[in-house]
Amino acid sequence: MKQLRFLGKQTIDLISGLGRAVILLISALIHIPNIRKGTPLLMQQLYSVGVLSLLIIIVSGTFIGMVLALQGYTILVGYGAEASLGPMVALSLLRELGPVVSALLFAGRAGSALTAEIGLMKATEQLSSLEMMAIDPLRRVIAPRFWAGFISLPLLAAIFSMVGILGAHVVGVDWLGVDSGTFWSVMQDQVDFDKDILNGVIKSIVFAFVVMWIAVYKGYDCEPTSEGISRATTSTVVQSSLLVLFLDFILTALMFVK
Amino acid sequence: MMTKSEPEIQLVEIENLTFKRGERVIYDDISLSIPKGKVTAIMGPSGIGKTTLLRLIGGQIKPDSGNIFFNEKNIPLLSRSELYEARKQMSMLFQSGALFTEMSVFDNIAFPIREHTELSEDIIEKIVLMKLEAVGLRGAKSLQPSELSGGMARRVALARAIALDPELILYDEPFAGQDPISMGVIVRLIRSLSDALGLTSVVVSHDVPEVMSIADYIYIIAEKKIIGHGTPEQIRLDTSPLVQQFVKGEADGPVPFHYEAKTYRDELIKIPPGSVS
Repeated sequence: MKQLRFLGKQTIDLISGLGRAVILLISALIHIPNIRKGTPLLMQQLYSVGVLSLLIIIVSGTFIGMVLALQGYTILVGYGAEASLGPMVALSLLRELGPVVSALLFAGRAGSALTAEIGLMKATEQLSSLEMMAIDPLRRVIAPRFWAGFISLPLLAAIFSMVGILGAHVVGVDWLGVDSGTFWSVMQDQVDFDKDILNGVIKSIVFAFVVMWIAVYKGYDCEPTSEGISRATTSTVVQSSLLVLFLDFILTALMFVK
Repeated sequence: MMTKSEPEIQLVEIENLTFKRGERVIYDDISLSIPKGKVTAIMGPSGIGKTTLLRLIGGQIKPDSGNIFFNEKNIPLLSRSELYEARKQMSMLFQSGALFTEMSVFDNIAFPIREHTELSEDIIEKIVLMKLEAVGLRGAKSLQPSELSGGMARRVALARAIALDPELILYDEPFAGQDPISMGVIVRLIRSLSDALGLTSVVVSHDVPEVMSIADYIYIIAEKKIIGHGTPEQIRLDTSPLVQQFVKGEADGPVPFHYEAKTYRDELIKIPPGSVS
């Protein structure tokens, strides 16, 4: 009996939480934008959410590209197929690793920071202060952060893939001896703009939406105590990571399977 | 100066307010009014929901039944934009000050002015300096909130609350956790701002001596109802035992010292079954 009640409560909590999240999203985003007031806020958030995540993206992208090249070469050389190193690396990055890994890193770095920041603003009653000053905290605090993340992540994912390919070039061509011309030309031949690059961008747009929605909702909805904030931050990283991986599977099945 | 024959305008009228949090009733059919231009205090034991009353007046939460009139507008029934218009006439001073941590003191106070008016930066600067002078912190205008002591942060928050010259200020436990000097400063500020600017102040607190010294009218809320109200003199003379216990700060009385428990003897001495007690 107790288990059934627990299950029931969990389900109700989940659905009501989802409902609150949708209401939050609609209230924050569906309105006529105030370009004059909103743009400086957006710029500020683009810096703190996007630009400050560049380092982790570039470093991770480079290393993943380099590892891909190492592993790929080791396997391909056994079949005499090292000429395919270029497209192998490029397709892996553009289709999968770029969007997914950068979304996971972004959730961990920017997503958790946002949840903590918004949660702390809630706990110190800064959000209530804004409300009492007749300023909508959803439009002033939540919306710029959401849009900043939504714009940044696809760009960061593209940068990730790019530095990954460059890192693979350094390892494959400069170190392992694959011919540079072969590396680039086979890649150019095999990588299609619509099928590979654009699909990767669509994926990262979907991931950006999901990661930012979760981060912003968890921060806004958390219990205004230190325990509540820490739980919300952890939950942001865990839930957005899992959801990204799940959506990746769905999108891959839709996009790349005939 | 207001003469005695002038009728008192009630800025806020609360009628038959009932508010529940889940199953728990916080307010059961209470009515009170806040006269314009005066300092009204709302006192009561901790956890009774005094902050909730401020949130109800500000429209942050809706009552289960009853009316809350502010300037003759019924707050729970207002649309979002009407509510935001009404809020421009109110200010709330939160217990923690709630300053925006990423801005300096100056920018914190300038914030509501920049958001709600089209005034030039020169004029805004003058206004901010005037508000800081009123709370005695003009020299602190370039500091960051993290560099302020608790008392100073509260004073800056007060300057921010009066930036747009509101009609009503709601103070949420302004005396909580303050040292005697900061307490004296806040007490003096609440009274002098109320007199000088003609503000209506609602002070929620349980610090009896401070409240008694500045309030024009007091409501004591306990057990979901208003158990006493009047001027400080009337409250002191109120014969109800609960009011007396609260005002005198007695440890035991209608609000018992001991939390409900089994009898002491039964808990200490556990009698094994079958033996003689």
